[in-house]
Amino acid sequence: MAIAIKDNICTLNLRTTCASRMLENFIPPYDATVVERLKREDAIIIGKTNMDEFAMGSTTETSYFGPTRNPWDLTKVPGGSSGGSAAALIADETTLALGSDTGGSIRCPASYCSVIGLKPTYGLVSRYGLIAYANSLEQIGPLAKSTADCALLLSVIGGYDPRDSTSVNIPLGDFSQELTDDLKGLRVGLPREFFEEGVEEAVKRHVWSAIHLLESLGATYEEVSLPSLEYALAAYYIIAMAEASSNLARYDGLRYGYRVEHDDADWSRIYARNRRIGFGAEVRRRIMLGTYALSAGYYEQYYLKALKIRTLIRREFEEALKRFDVLVGPTMPLPPFNIGEKIGDPLTLYMCDVLTVPANLTGYPAISVPCGFEGNLPIGLQAITKPFNEDLLLKISFALEANTDFIGRRPGLS
Amino acid sequence: MREKHISKKEVEHIAWLAHIELTEEEKEQFTEQFNRIIEFFRKIDEVDTKDIPPTYHVLELTNIFRKDEVGEPLPKEEALKNAPRREGNFFKSPRIV
Repeated sequence: MAIAIKDNICTLNLRTTCASRMLENFIPPYDATVVERLKREDAIIIGKTNMDEFAMGSTTETSYFGPTRNPWDLTKVPGGSSGGSAAALIADETTLALGSDTGGSIRCPASYCSVIGLKPTYGLVSRYGLIAYANSLEQIGPLAKSTADCALLLSVIGGYDPRDSTSVNIPLGDFSQELTDDLKGLRVGLPREFFEEGVEEAVKRHVWSAIHLLESLGATYEEVSLPSLEYALAAYYIIAMAEASSNLARYDGLRYGYRVEHDDADWSRIYARNRRIGFGAEVRRRIMLGTYALSAGYYEQYYLKALKIRTLIRREFEEALKRFDVLVGPTMPLPPFNIGEKIGDPLTLYMCDVLTVPANLTGYPAISVPCGFEGNLPIGLQAITKPFNEDLLLKISFALEANTDFIGRRPGLS
Repeated sequence: MREKHISKKEVEHIAWLAHIELTEEEKEQFTEQFNRIIEFFRKIDEVDTKDIPPTYHVLELTNIFRKDEVGEPLPKEEALKNAPRREGNFFKSPRIV
């Protein structure tokens, strides 16, 4: 089967750029564990896909190589940061694709391009060979055009890897179980905070019709409140930027990466100049804000406080998932928007991640499944569940796939 | 609001800590943007987190060690092939002192 690989996942002797000038000519001397496993199963790597630079973005506009467009409407963003993977899938350029998800980077483009995208439980898929952005939040995961493909890909890439010290050594669930759409007894929780005024009416309408469909297949639903979610986005960005500032310190232009032509000045000036030219504005913003949040005098106020809020959010999810099997809501608060519309205003763009970051803060698995179209623009439903319960997310995906025609639709590309 | 949380001088200091050179124009722009983003971060001040432990990591894993065994090293040419500058079998660094 043909598979496209996001360009922050190392492929032996195949250029891996992270969509950054910093790594424009980087040729990995090894395969990421997920790539090794795919090759072992005779997958064909058909190409590397565009992304936001270092996976920092929700639109694929921060790529050094230029933006990816949404195949459903070329004036719209495809979502991000795994926008190239999602767009390549729905344009039928590949059968499968890999993405990575630090704050929604698989689920957002899955929603905006009308494909299935799954962020696995933290620790289920090896991160060995994934170029790090925020290690405690990110996972590699599958994007696919059918639930069966998504399950197959997850079963190939998942499982213990001694080369990733955060890889969990437990037996993999049976993802290739026989998929059915019988949801009898499934208890669905609807987080009130996922349906608040920040979420557009059109999005809510499509998600609600999917919830009614789940009900008709045997599920019951009830509202639930997770009050700390209000602080999830701020906490997420503080943690992600802090981790980024540490991870990206390695780019010094010495062993690999961008190095200025005239490097006869002293080391620290050359280092700082390599990083100004090698990194785009959003990457520099995040490194600097992360440095700020970790610096003396601010560490407790921002970084440590954000980590404590992370604990509160985790506890609320734990409680909610004692009462419910799964939490359901929209993936994105608004349909795909115009290229260029939000890129000039970082904070407005960050707000788009409000519904996807909780799964990264908690480490819980989450999926985005196509659930409707507003005009010709796709809308995605998000489901979140307990750790290592991916088979339940696949079941919900299959139920929507078997009872609607959204997943089979393709954009009319000429 | 423009310099409520962070001044241009502080932005310059952070850029120095992070080893990132900034142009004059970027200093102005980043100061303005950082003030708005930090204002948004300050929302977390509302939360009472007394006695709440931090979550650095979602897994219950600590101190994962591997055996200290010699493995196959990366061949020299492989290790050097991405170096922007090299001299013989060495990475060539800018002047340090």
